[in-house]
Amino acid sequence: MGAPTQRIEVTLENLLDSVGLAEDICVRIAGKIGFDDDDCHKIGMSVREGVINAYKYGNAAQRDKKIYLIIELEPQKLVIHVLDQGRGFNLAEVPDPLAEENLLKTSGRGIFLMRTFMDEFDVRRGQRGGAELVMAKLYPGSREPDSGPQPAQGEEG
Amino acid sequence: MGFRATPREGNGATVIDVSGRITLGEGSAVLREMLRDLVKKGQKRILLNLGDVNYIDSSGIGELVSAYTSIKNQGGELKLLHLTKRVHDLLQITRLYTVFDVYSDEQTAIQSFR
Repeated sequence: MGAPTQRIEVTLENLLDSVGLAEDICVRIAGKIGFDDDDCHKIGMSVREGVINAYKYGNAAQRDKKIYLIIELEPQKLVIHVLDQGRGFNLAEVPDPLAEENLLKTSGRGIFLMRTFMDEFDVRRGQRGGAELVMAKLYPGSREPDSGPQPAQGEEG
Repeated sequence: MGFRATPREGNGATVIDVSGRITLGEGSAVLREMLRDLVKKGQKRILLNLGDVNYIDSSGIGELVSAYTSIKNQGGELKLLHLTKRVHDLLQITRLYTVFDVYSDEQTAIQSFR
């Protein structure tokens, strides 16, 4: 029974600059709550890929749309949601970038990287109608079978 | 660290020393233009020195794949040198390590063009 979930919501303009901004925010939070450099890199890159997906594909680079970034510090894991205002997509229909016929494609690896770098990954229909990418990383102590108490959580709200 | 790509002559090949991040909005577009220009000028033996590149996102990977294919289609070769651990791991998990010709020694890499 850890501390209650802390939640941070950020509304981002549908701009290329938002990609780096979202990445920076999440990496800072991840570092503060005890993830090591390697995990921070994986979390940052997953967020970057998620926001690129929202900006480029979900919101089709339209300036009037928004990207919603939600960060939740749950007792066992860091959960990050990236929502767009597009039409959504079905995860099952995303081609496998590791398939021989897709290896030399110049795009289509973002979802794969998020799935690989995070402990949990899913795509839902967001409440605002677009896609909602949900990714989670277990806190370092939560990954070990004999882990003791939960890692200290950030003081930021 | 900001993106930087500096080409130099390397015994019949063009070695491009790259540093910083190859990502959407940062290095991807610059690298694309530089590679296009080099190929236009007839330089088709290109060695990308990625020793100071610690971060490549999916757009950066796409750029490398695009350059590799386009140079190959024009009878040239694009090879990679000095991968950092993160870039090495990224190419491994995306199965592109088997596609690219990767070297850890510049002279060996340059000789392999012949």
